[in-house]
Amino acid sequence: MHTLTAISTVEVARAETQTAPVEVDQPDADESVEADIPWIVIVWNDPVNLMSYVTFVFQKLFGYPRAKAEKLMMDVHLKGKAVVSNGPKHRCESDVARLHAYGLWATMQKDA
Amino acid sequence: MAVLRLVRRRRDGYELRLEDRERELLREQLAAMRALLLAENPASDVGVARLFPPAYPDDLLENLDYEQMAGNGLLAERLAGLDEAEAALGDPRVSEERMLSLMRSINDVRLVWGVRLEVTEETGSADFDDPRDRATYDVYLWLGWLMEQIVGALGET
Repeated sequence: MHTLTAISTVEVARAETQTAPVEVDQPDADESVEADIPWIVIVWNDPVNLMSYVTFVFQKLFGYPRAKAEKLMMDVHLKGKAVVSNGPKHRCESDVARLHAYGLWATMQKDA
Repeated sequence: MAVLRLVRRRRDGYELRLEDRERELLREQLAAMRALLLAENPASDVGVARLFPPAYPDDLLENLDYEQMAGNGLLAERLAGLDEAEAALGDPRVSEERMLSLMRSINDVRLVWGVRLEVTEETGSADFDDPRDRATYDVYLWLGWLMEQIVGALGET
């Protein structure tokens, strides 16, 4: 029953919220996703984090374009999880810690 | 239709357009979060556990290593973020870094309340018989509204 929640439950008009790119915390060309690296970082759905917030965090932490960040967020929302990064174990641990610092439910595992 | 905006981006930072009672509510929430973080731990409180989830849910030993590597740093980061968030509430112009800290601290508060209230996507105020729980849920919703506006403002150029 983990589901991202939209703020639509609150009866408020939304401010203009988009669409500019977000400044990245730690831009790193090596953070691009490569299929053959053994560890993956997974973000799981939860009922509290706002969809806009999750998108923002993906942009902020990984430097993903808004479209990719939104696609990953929707995968989390609709499929229950999404692989958001991969790489060597130490880098994945760093990514998990950064996601935890932002309150996202992230885990890591060897890529099957 | 006019849109009420609680957060505006300005040339020299961000403006938080909150009423005094809203600032006081936020200060109370942030203070409660600080007290919770200092008094409890993931083993003793379900809300704190949500803030420090396992990196390796199926591997106890690996997760212990992760907690030793990241746990204290994450706690220190959260406490320092609360300092910045509280300072932001007194700033006429809030820097981007402080606004980020405020956003993250508010999100932590929502996570703790969400877990304690067992919030799901279908949850509504009518689900709470206890007036205190209903009041807490109203705070949770208001914080979500504010979060949405902070995220929007931080995403503006």
